[in-house]
Amino acid sequence: MIDVRSANLSFKNDHSVHQVLADISFQVEANSTCAIIGPSGSGKTSLLFLLAGLREPDSGTISISGAPETGTILQNFGLFPWKTVSQNIGLGLLLKKVRKEIVEKRTAELIREMGLSGFGDHYPVQLSGGMQQRVALARALAVEPEILFMDEPLSSLDALTRERLQNLILGIQQSRKITIVLVTHSIEEAVFLGHKIIVLSRSPGRILKIVNNPEAGSREHRRQDIFFQRCKELRFLLKEEYDGQEA
Amino acid sequence: MGRKRDIIIAALVLLGLWEALSLLLNSMALPEPWVVLADVVAKTADGSLLDDLLVSCLRALLGIFLALITAVPLGLVIGAEEPLRRRLSPFIYLLYPIPHVVLLPLIIILFGIGNFSKIFLIALIVFFQILVTTRDAARNIHQNYYYSMQTLGASRLQVYVHVILPACLPKILTAMRISIGTAVAILFFVESFATTRGLGYIIMDSWGRADYTALYSGIFAMALLGFGLYLILDRLERKVCRWTQLD
Repeated sequence: MIDVRSANLSFKNDHSVHQVLADISFQVEANSTCAIIGPSGSGKTSLLFLLAGLREPDSGTISISGAPETGTILQNFGLFPWKTVSQNIGLGLLLKKVRKEIVEKRTAELIREMGLSGFGDHYPVQLSGGMQQRVALARALAVEPEILFMDEPLSSLDALTRERLQNLILGIQQSRKITIVLVTHSIEEAVFLGHKIIVLSRSPGRILKIVNNPEAGSREHRRQDIFFQRCKELRFLLKEEYDGQEA
Repeated sequence: MGRKRDIIIAALVLLGLWEALSLLLNSMALPEPWVVLADVVAKTADGSLLDDLLVSCLRALLGIFLALITAVPLGLVIGAEEPLRRRLSPFIYLLYPIPHVVLLPLIIILFGIGNFSKIFLIALIVFFQILVTTRDAARNIHQNYYYSMQTLGASRLQVYVHVILPACLPKILTAMRISIGTAVAILFFVESFATTRGLGYIIMDSWGRADYTALYSGIFAMALLGFGLYLILDRLERKVCRWTQLD
């Protein structure tokens, strides 16, 4: 379980202190999904960085029980342009000094699973956005994480590719029984993928509301009335925040 | 094929301009190209020009190599490690603009008048070109790549191997390309003292004897040397930076 208690974060430079996150507390249960949504500048990415251990909070605690293996997908996928698809996918294992034969075997399996067969020797620049995203997913999954952190993983993709990858992420979460925390600016994506939806306020980001969304996790969810009700609820909450920003 | 054709066209245009200028000036100081080419062919056949070409080539290559193995690691570390960059950059700014050629007397006192002094002076001059380019390349690596490595649990050494060095490689090769031009130009200077071998010596000696055909043969060979080194570097770049050649 991920347990965040009273986390605060600010960015400091020589002249000023800018508070990014204020008094953030929530839990994410194991094997569930959590979507973080909020207006631009609400500190969504910063919150994910805290969870993924890329930053330390100024105060408060973030604890993850059992010290599990984690995988992280950053905005714009974070792929290394100088490495091929295979090299990108196998890198996490290579860094952990896993035997070469095992790295190659697991990389080949993931390439097949992600529908990237025949592209192992390609470089990221030769792939479409959707394929790059699948490479990033494969790289994060290669280390067999129990928790997957994703920062706006599908934001740069077209609607159909986006839907296909949402289904893929859902399938991965269910078949591998992993916990997923994702940052998104898409209301539909948050409602489709998040068992729990954390709505952040505009800067400094505070929790406006935690929406429980137990119906998430089914491909049919997109067509159910409850899906549209949740989207409406989130749209209303976020509109108020955006209106406040404009004022 | 297109590239080869472009090179041949450029060579023919330059020879044509040379011929035209020679006819226009009608002076001993600029013999016609076919006279020079005949001299080059004759001296290549008897081996005398090849011997000097080889000596100059070795001096240039060793100078560049010496600069490369010192400037690249130093540039990477200074560029990537912020505290070190702050402390060492002022030294670079103070030492880089000095005309290093004027240090020749000191270099001769330290290393004698043999080959090493010549190689050392070439290395010293191209060292700063490679150092500054490498440092700037390492400084401008996108933070996302570091985050990606952090999420994969990489050590600092692994970050150097998998991110910093490969990300800087295209810029390092550009620095080497500039260095080849500089090194060949410095050859003329370093081979003008305490030696009876090398293209620089040929040029200076022919100049002193007013043997302009031999002088231009030396210049022609020097251009060939620089061109050959550029071709080798191009091939190297296509091999080690394949990802920059793709669309």
